[in-house]
Amino acid sequence: MHPSKFWDKDKKEGQVKSPFSVRQLVAAPGMWVSTCVGAAANPSTSTFSSLSTPAREVYGLSLFVLAITGMIFFSVSCLLVYALVHFRARPDDETEPPQVFGSVNIELAWTIIPILTLVVLFLGTARVLFSIQDARKPASALDVTVVGHQFWWEFRYPQYNVVTANELHLPLSSAEAQQPTFMKLTSADVMHSFWVPQLAGKTDLLPNRVNEMWIDPLKPGLYLGQCAQFCGIEHAKMLLRIYVDEPEQFKNWIAEQQQKQPEIKDQQAADEGQPNPKIDERQSPLPPNSPATRINTANESAVVPQGTNAHDGQLVFEHQACINCHTVAGTIADGRFGPDLTHLMSRSTLAAGVVSNTPDQLNAWISAPDKIKPGSLMPNMHLTDRQNAQITAYLLTLK
Amino acid sequence: MDTPIIPVAGGMEAGLDRTPATAGRGTYLETLHSWVVTVDHKRLGMLYIGLALLFLLVGGFEVLLIRIQLFVPHNTFVSAGTFNRMFTMHGTTMVFLVGMPILFGFGNYLVPLMIGARDMAFPRLNAFSFWISAFGGLLLYYSFIGGVGLFGTGSAPDVAWFAYAPLTERAFSPGHSVDYWAVAIFASGIGSIGTSINIIATAFSMRCKGMTLMRMPLLPWLYVTTSFLVLLAVGPLTAAQAMLLIDRYLGGHFFDTQAGGSAILWAHFFWIFGHPEVYVLVLPPFGFANEIIPVFSRKAIFGYPAMMAASVGIGFVSLTVWAHHMFTIGMTSFGNLFFTLSTMVVSIPTGIKTFNWLATIWGGKVRFETPMLFSIAFLFQWVIAGLTGIMLSVSPWNWQLHNSYFVVAHFHYVLVGAILFMIFAAFYYWYPKMTGRMLNERLGKWHFWLMVIGFHMTFDVMHFPGLLGMPRQIFTYEPDRGWTTLNQIVSVGALFQAIATLVFVYNLIDSYFHGDTAGPDPWDAWTLEWSTPSPPPVYNFAVDPEVASRRPLWDLKHPEDPDGPYE
Repeated sequence: MHPSKFWDKDKKEGQVKSPFSVRQLVAAPGMWVSTCVGAAANPSTSTFSSLSTPAREVYGLSLFVLAITGMIFFSVSCLLVYALVHFRARPDDETEPPQVFGSVNIELAWTIIPILTLVVLFLGTARVLFSIQDARKPASALDVTVVGHQFWWEFRYPQYNVVTANELHLPLSSAEAQQPTFMKLTSADVMHSFWVPQLAGKTDLLPNRVNEMWIDPLKPGLYLGQCAQFCGIEHAKMLLRIYVDEPEQFKNWIAEQQQKQPEIKDQQAADEGQPNPKIDERQSPLPPNSPATRINTANESAVVPQGTNAHDGQLVFEHQACINCHTVAGTIADGRFGPDLTHLMSRSTLAAGVVSNTPDQLNAWISAPDKIKPGSLMPNMHLTDRQNAQITAYLLTLK
Repeated sequence: MDTPIIPVAGGMEAGLDRTPATAGRGTYLETLHSWVVTVDHKRLGMLYIGLALLFLLVGGFEVLLIRIQLFVPHNTFVSAGTFNRMFTMHGTTMVFLVGMPILFGFGNYLVPLMIGARDMAFPRLNAFSFWISAFGGLLLYYSFIGGVGLFGTGSAPDVAWFAYAPLTERAFSPGHSVDYWAVAIFASGIGSIGTSINIIATAFSMRCKGMTLMRMPLLPWLYVTTSFLVLLAVGPLTAAQAMLLIDRYLGGHFFDTQAGGSAILWAHFFWIFGHPEVYVLVLPPFGFANEIIPVFSRKAIFGYPAMMAASVGIGFVSLTVWAHHMFTIGMTSFGNLFFTLSTMVVSIPTGIKTFNWLATIWGGKVRFETPMLFSIAFLFQWVIAGLTGIMLSVSPWNWQLHNSYFVVAHFHYVLVGAILFMIFAAFYYWYPKMTGRMLNERLGKWHFWLMVIGFHMTFDVMHFPGLLGMPRQIFTYEPDRGWTTLNQIVSVGALFQAIATLVFVYNLIDSYFHGDTAGPDPWDAWTLEWSTPSPPPVYNFAVDPEVASRRPLWDLKHPEDPDGPYE
């Protein structure tokens, strides 16, 4: 099992009530003064539980601004309440109060005091602004290119020649071994915005333009976010997951992701009795064509009937329009329009975080994307149930 | 009944209208015809207000669907497409078809009356502006039935009210819904520009004898500022709509990123309009507050010159802040810093206004009638809206808050908490002038308290999902994010506000037939509109008034202590 599953035990479809919500509500008023709490165990999207330097600096600045604005609010409200109570009209008093038309001194005072307050606010803002936005990129930094699509995320690791989708894996950046991630962000179609509140503020993804941001996650774990710029019908279902791994884990993950999948002729060979170590051994220690292997594959899902074989699935996959949009590195599938599927099974969710990546959901997604994510650009290919099951069986081998 | 006679300062006797109140009722068709062809500023004002109220109910209905959908996570009450249409139409409706028309309505009605004029400078332009705006509104709503294009997609537009390119390009929004959106805004923009020219010309050239610019009441001053902002801001928006239509139908590439266009260009065009627009909407309500708070505190406005300068100052500064909507779009650090600074600067004139209102109340004798209740709520809510505005101007924090529910809460605090509350105050205050009947005070208090409770349930709580990472414009959300309970409170608050609005509308209708007779001056106020009967005759003033101070009616009521020497 992929290490990501360790944190990822929350996915239960149709789950409506979460103990988290009540806790957050109770905590909400106190949040204004709360300090950073480590929330890695409990994935959170709170902007006030920051676990990366840019988010922490913003959090510190926000407390400063809250303190100043809080004082302004308190003093103005007190004056206002006092004035309204003290200067209320008394019954039976028909006389007019003394008419006062203004006072230059008082008006100067409440012009100058706000100006001084703003100077303080502005200088505090400028410090944090430059420290985040103009931070120097260290040599140890990891490069990631983020490409927004309607309605999913493409992640590229140019240093490692790895491409994945929707679930970004990043190394931990500890005080001893700093490895921040510097991201270049762009879009393939319309505007999107990358937002993982615990790690940093958002940065928009624009077509025809490259924006930059950086994060240095300080705790391993799962971080959640989603697209924050309205990008079309399924904007709400363009979710983001970031897995922050220990450096060792991250290296392993990169190594796994760099592997290519076997060519179809290898599989044909496999069918003819020559075991292909790349696919079959990972699936099962049994000989590739033994009935037990097939049953094992089938048992993973009720929707993949017995006798369905991944090889047939690959044939269907490669003979349908699937490969126009999807890449499976090492095979002829090299489409670029949809998510890279080379290591689909290493991801815990499908369709940009909409459903968890189980064989049943996978089959349902292939059969009718529109049912799971109406408006998704992946078309319903109108294949037979058998073909869908075969493709599912094939995709299940893309570990 | 004999109408009372109020002698006008200067010894001239001008009273109120002595002609019969009605020249006999016409048939239903004649009445209708007279409203359609009218060029009277008061009738056009009421047409504007009526149109806006109609759209207020429609826009409110749309938001109720939104709030029902967000009541539970993964809700399927409406589809994603419908939800996106609802918030697009809600935003567009409330800004272009409620906010602008209702404020122009009050402006149309009040500016000539308050400066002692008999009509607007260009009555027929006035009528044209109203009808073209109304046409724009109908066009936008026609998209629900007419928007289905050749491609079988879309009915109403679903691109959000700021309609960021390139989502609006043909590649991503086939069909005609975006065209309806663009043309509707184009049309209503022409109307807005017409009315603005009219208000500026009226205020500058039609003031009555003795009314220098420094004696003009603050409400016309704020309308003048607003109108200049409209002239400067609506132009870019109209230009952007033309460019969008050129992209969509004539092969242009302004915003077509696939052919080298720029998405940021649209954002700049839109917000160069969009941010001044906020002040276009908020300055007239400031004007209402400038009239209502002094009358109900029984004191002259504190620091008239400072108030006027602050209003004009807000107008100028508001033209320099637009890109604070774009802190996440990838500007340079110095770009971000500049717009942080300019945005913070707005709070200085705004603060001056707030403190001056406070000082007006200070030392007064405050009467807590419904218009004042709404004004008091406005003051508190405006302070909070301003402070969350400062938070948003802090660009690093804005990277977190931008496009989250925090922003939604902030701008609804401005649009509802400040603007709509002052519009309600203005209704309670000037409805007697417009109809001759008082609004029911008991229903008014019900309206006020329901509205206050609903408003704070909705918009106080709405800040928190934003801080907890909830982006705006999502048709549903995940159950594990901790947003559910907060959204439920928000939705219940929306229901309170809906009920409050229905109470208000009932009050408007019922009081028209059964309200107490108002008389010319029910609030014991000081500006010229209260010197004519309620409702005023077509020609407003039987004799041109002449004034010697900012509060001509104070001078009349207190001949022993006129304002003139103190100004």
